[in-house]
Amino acid sequence: MKRIALLGMPNTGKSTLFNRISGASARVGNWPGITVDLLSAKILLGGNIVELIDLPGIYDLHGFSEDEQVVRHFITSNPVNLLVVLLNSTQIDRQLSLLLQIKKLGFPIVLALNMTDEAKRAGITIDTEGLSQTLGLPVIQISAKYGDGLPKALAAATSVINQQETTTNPQSIGLMLKEEHDIEDEMHELIQHHVQIPTTLTDDVTDKIDRVLLHKWLGLPLFFAAMFLLFQFIFAVGAPIQDGLAWLLDLLRTELLNPLFTNTPAWLSGLMLDGIYNGVATVAAFVPIIILFFLVMSMVEDSGYLSRAAFLMDAIMAKMGLDGRSFVMMLMGFGCNVPAIMGTRIMRSRSMRLLTMLVIPLSLCSARMQVFIFMIAALFSPSKAPLILFSLYVMSFFTMFLTALLFQNQYKNTEPFILELPPYRFPTPRQIVLRGWHEVKHFLNRASKFIVLGVVLVWLLTNFPSNVAPASIDTYAGQIGVFFTPILDPIGINHELAIALIFGFVAKEIVVGALAVIYGLQGDALMAQMATQIDWVQALSFMLFTLIYTPCLSTIATIKNESKSTAFMWLSISWSLGLAWIVSFIFYQSARLLGY
Amino acid sequence: MHPSIYMQFLSQLKAGQRAVISAIEAEDSLFHRLTALGFRVGKPLSIMRRASFNGPIHVRLGTTDVILRVTEADRIQINAI
Repeated sequence: MKRIALLGMPNTGKSTLFNRISGASARVGNWPGITVDLLSAKILLGGNIVELIDLPGIYDLHGFSEDEQVVRHFITSNPVNLLVVLLNSTQIDRQLSLLLQIKKLGFPIVLALNMTDEAKRAGITIDTEGLSQTLGLPVIQISAKYGDGLPKALAAATSVINQQETTTNPQSIGLMLKEEHDIEDEMHELIQHHVQIPTTLTDDVTDKIDRVLLHKWLGLPLFFAAMFLLFQFIFAVGAPIQDGLAWLLDLLRTELLNPLFTNTPAWLSGLMLDGIYNGVATVAAFVPIIILFFLVMSMVEDSGYLSRAAFLMDAIMAKMGLDGRSFVMMLMGFGCNVPAIMGTRIMRSRSMRLLTMLVIPLSLCSARMQVFIFMIAALFSPSKAPLILFSLYVMSFFTMFLTALLFQNQYKNTEPFILELPPYRFPTPRQIVLRGWHEVKHFLNRASKFIVLGVVLVWLLTNFPSNVAPASIDTYAGQIGVFFTPILDPIGINHELAIALIFGFVAKEIVVGALAVIYGLQGDALMAQMATQIDWVQALSFMLFTLIYTPCLSTIATIKNESKSTAFMWLSISWSLGLAWIVSFIFYQSARLLGY
Repeated sequence: MHPSIYMQFLSQLKAGQRAVISAIEAEDSLFHRLTALGFRVGKPLSIMRRASFNGPIHVRLGTTDVILRVTEADRIQINAI
């Protein structure tokens, strides 16, 4: 099969073009170098099936960034029949350098000049025929966003491929890459003869918006307001959908599955319904939020605002080894950790991504909030409730900053902070929907098995041996609780609460439900019973532990997928568990010392 | 004589000022990134704005808008116009 690779600088609409040709859902972003994995698709070109590969956006073939190394690695180890080089017409004066570097290596090339519409508006005129003759390769103006010029570009690609029987020789390219090329003069020559650029660009709209959004004092408040509104939107819309989904899954269980399993042995129906089905339901509960989050995030990303957020927040975040992009994801974590961790993909530097992923699980997500609201209602007077909740939020921020400060040297970011500010653009609905769908598919594919397995494991622990009451002290979970007594006693957590914490590994949403099963009581009766069994110091210690230790199985699964490292997943789990214990220990012991 | 009198850096410019790049002193990786984004000796640029709390600098070079931290801007020598 013949192979075509798509190459260009970040922000040239490469992923958009790939999506348009392949119909697949590569991610698109108005952010330098958004494509993380190498996406490829099989397409029909001139009657033949051809493999199309989307290479990461790079500035320079000789650069040192991760993406540049990926591309270098690709072209020096994989033969290709054609490179489609995509350049942004509005920045052709500097982007031509990449084309010339590739041309020197002897690749068969079709040059596609994207964003023709923007270039026209900016008053840039490009003599494509002259450029094509001087360069000796087809030059075609296109608009990847709207599809203009695409048939022409594909026709050019087809004719090059049909003429070209041989592929490139990766080894000789590797050798040639070693030699440095001075291409500046050639580039200058080309621009002077074939391109006219007005002295000042008429990009008024972006300038005007920037004057407000990047304002010295208004910028940050506007950024916070915008983030607040977006997350409000996600959860205002998402919560009812989640509730609806939960209701539907519950209905399915009571109406269809329960009758189906009435005649099967108790252990089988327990395993199928309380184990596997609940696991599936846990996974399903995340789907609406992930879809909404990525609909909104791809809008923010594609619009170009995310680079502006980096500009606004950088001064503060740089002190913790993070940047403005991390901050957006940290804020998102307060809604739900899972999409926030998936969202760290917008960061190009791996070390900064890992540091952000280590920090996000410490944010007080909406599921933990449910536990806190229940505990606070059970053990604190309404007048004290807001203060307790507020101090938990403060604690959440504190642990996040502490973690970033402590680990910033382990995950030192070596890439220089130089980012392009793209002009504001409207993403097309098609891009947004494709992106949301792609992310959900990704989450379901990778996380579901892990989560279902975890739910089944906790079900086994809390239901066996089979001759004891479920979730009681005599189950394996209860025995684990007893086993950890020497560790849990100093932080005031009794056996019942310990079992609830084991349930909490699956999801914080089920902690309250677990307490109901453990105590065999519900609602007000459960609250009253707990108030007699534990005092407020124990309750707060339990809440602090719940706040800091691993949020849920879905978060763990996501951390593992996104970091592609099991070791990092274990680091995240053990760090959060250790920190949770230390914080609870300090709180519990000092409260007791003070006589409470 | 204070060095800044005959040597000026991008990091010292105020919002609205214009300058021409006179030298780039950076290690290979930074140098590559800078040239790829259009920073070249002799190229004019203008400072669009600076972020609060000594944050990044927003620079416009020809058709490209770039933000960079002060530490990176310290490596670029300029002549103000």
